[in-house]
Amino acid sequence: MEDTGPALVSILRQRSYLIASIHTALDDSQMIRFQEDLIQQIGERRSRGVIIDVAALDVLDSFGSKTLRNIGEMARLRGAKTVIVGIQPDVAFAMVKLGMGTGSVYTALDLEEGLEYLDDSVPRGASASGAYTSSLG
Amino acid sequence: MNEDSPIDAAMAADFVTHDRHLEDELLPQLVAHLREHRTKLRQEWAGRIQEAHLLHAMTPQEMGAETKSVYDNYVEVLETGSVEALQDYARDLSERIIPRGVETHEVVGIVLLLRDVLARSLFEKYQRDFSLLNRVLDAYEPAANRIANTVAVSFVDERERIIRRQQDAIRELSTPVLPVRERLLILPIIGVLDSERASQLTEQLLTGIRMHRAKVVVIDITGAPDVDETVANHLVQTVDASRLMGASVIITGLSPEIAQTLVTIGVDLSKMNTIGDLQGGLEEAEKLLGYTVSRQESSAR
Repeated sequence: MEDTGPALVSILRQRSYLIASIHTALDDSQMIRFQEDLIQQIGERRSRGVIIDVAALDVLDSFGSKTLRNIGEMARLRGAKTVIVGIQPDVAFAMVKLGMGTGSVYTALDLEEGLEYLDDSVPRGASASGAYTSSLG
Repeated sequence: MNEDSPIDAAMAADFVTHDRHLEDELLPQLVAHLREHRTKLRQEWAGRIQEAHLLHAMTPQEMGAETKSVYDNYVEVLETGSVEALQDYARDLSERIIPRGVETHEVVGIVLLLRDVLARSLFEKYQRDFSLLNRVLDAYEPAANRIANTVAVSFVDERERIIRRQQDAIRELSTPVLPVRERLLILPIIGVLDSERASQLTEQLLTGIRMHRAKVVVIDITGAPDVDETVANHLVQTVDASRLMGASVIITGLSPEIAQTLVTIGVDLSKMNTIGDLQGGLEEAEKLLGYTVSRQESSAR
């Protein structure tokens, strides 16, 4: 069950945020692997915010949305705010129909919106707005 | 045509056991009879239509023309047994008379009247030979019933086609998603919201949010007379799905009836942001988006 292959989700650091883009449908063990990687990196990089981009997904099963919810909770415990961005219209309605929400995790339209939300809601000292591109990596 | 001829009677007697063949013999006779007395029968028919107060949407001249062509078509179908030409004619006729408010019962009524008028005339002609009359009616009735059937079906088909076309038109018009300001959409709902329209609304709203990058959506249901439990729940789900896409929804214009219904049937609306009217909803939306609208002093005067 343990997934040890190459990571299927790229996790990028931008200023004090982590941006994780899920490019392909993940099975359960890959999802867990993603969760572990992400939660670990939040601590390592002292991130204050996490953006999970699911725009490439046209299905999100109950385990997937539960894991995303869990990640949000776990990230909060590690001191970071989570935003899920890019949920497709069909996915959004299917999730609601099946009674799977994102719980207390905030959602935004796309990456840009997500960044804006974090900028507004994460208390910060150093990172100034307007430095979007220069601080990557 | 001489109905009293002994040969006719003898022929009929010979063919008693060969119904099929007999019919073949009788129909042309019958048709010839109906052609011969065309004017008289048609007038009688028109008289009966007037007595029954059918088709007052049409002028006497139009009725004259229509009864003529219906009569000829009718006799032709009796002769050929093929209803296709009649079908076309009936469709064409329906197309012309439906917009003028002619009802189904009128159309069926006049065809049945014609059937009766013609049957009476056959009675009259063959009344002296009861067994022959029986066989004439055996030949006539199925054909006549088929005609009545065809006309009625064509008429109803035509009506349904019109209804379908109108439904399509309504559906296209029914759920516009309108951007009013950057990142603000309004969705006025007018007319009955059934579950089909509700799911169409959801689809259009969610793709609209994506397309216009909306942050706030105002759904105005002032124009919706009623909602049932399914639709109300659907509305709640739409609001949740919009939130998943990063847009918040404000619902405005809940009528007193709808408000009472929703609370009575126990739909959970606690998560819904509702505001009395569209004006209030727009003001709230502008506040959420950080717009301030102010009137210029000079133009106010």
